[in-house]
Amino acid sequence: MTEVSFREAFKTAIVEALSDDPRVFLMGEDVGYYGGCYAVTKGLIDDFGPQRIIDTPLSESGFVGAGIGAAIGGMRPIVEIMTVNFSLLALDQIINNAATLSHMSGGQVSVPLVIRMACGAGKQLAAQHSHSFEGFYAHVPGLKVLYPGTVADARYMLKMALADPNPVIIFEHVMLYNQTGTLPESNNIAPMEKAVIRKTGKDLSIISWGGCLYKALQAAELLEAQGYAIEVVDLRCLRPLDSQTLIDSVRRTHKALIVDESWKSVGMSAEISAILAEQALWYLDAPVRRICSVEVPIPYAGHLEQACLPQSKQIVDIALEMLTAPEQVLKEEL
Amino acid sequence: MSDNKLHISRSHLHYLLKQMLRIRRFEERCVSLYSEEKIRGFLHLYNGEEAVAVGVMQALTPQDTILATYREHGHALARGIAMNSIMAEMFAKQSGCSKGRGGSMHLFDSKLRFYGGNAIVAGALPLAIGMALADKIQQRNAVTCCFFGEGAVAEGEFHESLNLAKLWQLPILFICENNLYAMGTALALEESNQNIHVKAASYGLTSEVIDGMQVVNVEAAAQRACAAIRNSQGPHFIECQTYRFRGHSMFDSQLYRNRNEVEEWQAKGPIVQLTQWLEETHQIEAQDLQNMEHAVEQEIDAAVDYAENAAIEPVEDLLKHVYTEVSDD
Repeated sequence: MTEVSFREAFKTAIVEALSDDPRVFLMGEDVGYYGGCYAVTKGLIDDFGPQRIIDTPLSESGFVGAGIGAAIGGMRPIVEIMTVNFSLLALDQIINNAATLSHMSGGQVSVPLVIRMACGAGKQLAAQHSHSFEGFYAHVPGLKVLYPGTVADARYMLKMALADPNPVIIFEHVMLYNQTGTLPESNNIAPMEKAVIRKTGKDLSIISWGGCLYKALQAAELLEAQGYAIEVVDLRCLRPLDSQTLIDSVRRTHKALIVDESWKSVGMSAEISAILAEQALWYLDAPVRRICSVEVPIPYAGHLEQACLPQSKQIVDIALEMLTAPEQVLKEEL
Repeated sequence: MSDNKLHISRSHLHYLLKQMLRIRRFEERCVSLYSEEKIRGFLHLYNGEEAVAVGVMQALTPQDTILATYREHGHALARGIAMNSIMAEMFAKQSGCSKGRGGSMHLFDSKLRFYGGNAIVAGALPLAIGMALADKIQQRNAVTCCFFGEGAVAEGEFHESLNLAKLWQLPILFICENNLYAMGTALALEESNQNIHVKAASYGLTSEVIDGMQVVNVEAAAQRACAAIRNSQGPHFIECQTYRFRGHSMFDSQLYRNRNEVEEWQAKGPIVQLTQWLEETHQIEAQDLQNMEHAVEQEIDAAVDYAENAAIEPVEDLLKHVYTEVSDD
């Protein structure tokens, strides 16, 4: 067992991919000589050279499309988009080409492309560098969407994504890069498309992923100190969504609280709520609750930014509301 | 294999003429099939522009890659995709070249390295960059040929792609089919500088503008460009000046141009020009032309027959092809 940061885990995964498969190359803005905006790819150009670590112009649509073309042409490209907000400039290529070519061609064309992108708030980067758009991408058939929330997934999901013959997007939350965690020695890791129960409990399921997972786990610990057994479900893969693991968890705990850094309206949390309403309603003893970001573009001011985001204390408070029997609440109100 | 020398033998000229006739008559048949509602959706016809696809295709080998637009029946036919499977695709049948999932705008044949059929204007240009990059990295001596209309020039992806092509010195042939109208908007209303080939040159590509109504001319230019590309001389750009005889799609009442203009261009159409020249130089007999027309008609009849009788895909298969199945290797 070794302690590593998410940054190191992501980087080790890229190094492994480049070392194992000559078809793999990395391209994106400032991935080479600069070392990556978030320093994930620092030094790789020295080890692998500019043929395999390709600095691109600021042409998101151009180089993402080039990644799609290269994947069709027999390569296994990893395309880095500096931040999820910039990926909107490449939406045409991702949605109109990467996601459609297999189907539109009657299965003749495969796009084994991996796109990595930084996302999420917490660094006071304001409204054009801080968002959580994983729900946009998870909406689209033809794409697969991964969002690692543990160093083990940061380390091993890239390999699974590269082995997949479809376009896979991997989100990397900017607040996780410096966090450390214990990396299991073995490659004993759940399949790419499976949700994982990070902590078992019988009283309530907190459903989360990516940048909010650690907050959910912190909240679960605080609640445990108060005598509650909390289950934490890490979705890991947002498309395809492992709804069975979700439903099974709720069947055990009868209560579901979703923690999602994106906006509440029309997002992942809405989708999960709908799945539970459609397929797990009779297991539920309380309404599904959601903690999401406040519906404003992320502000620069640190206190306002933090006020936008789901926080562990907020998770604890809402969970306690859910865990407290309605009779008791009523009595207290009287 | 194509070589640097242009084939201008009589039989090759006949071949070019026949290819253009196949496309023209195919498109004409599509019009009637559309009014019979055998073909649905959007239908964009290539009438008038045949010399571009046919001419360029002569310079490409089976190892080369082709990307085209939603007006790509001609390119698909000229590349050698069987007319039966193209027509079956139009009829939305399972034996269509895209299994009925694509339709007129999305013809594919990966065996012939024909990668669509892209209905996002300029959407295929970045893909072409990637396909050429893959060839370059894998040291495949192949050309990626990307067709697009002059409407694509107004898109950012055009400029991003031309820059990348030159920056990375990629083996790409860009073919701009300048038919003067982006749907119904004239070039003069779209571009501050209407000399499209100059824009390509400004990115450092070897670029030229040619008469796209003369198939021999187009072939010659494409052969020169491909020879240079295969000789590691980087991306090339050819602006082919051409004209679309019919509307943008079947829903176009053509309010944006007048009949005289269309007739002027029709008078110098690629089939008319080549036929007249062959007749004047006694390289074709009336009987040859009749035979050619007859053979083309038979091929189209057979394709329609094939498409009519082909099976539709069972609805149970609807979810197929959204993802490529993970193999166990």
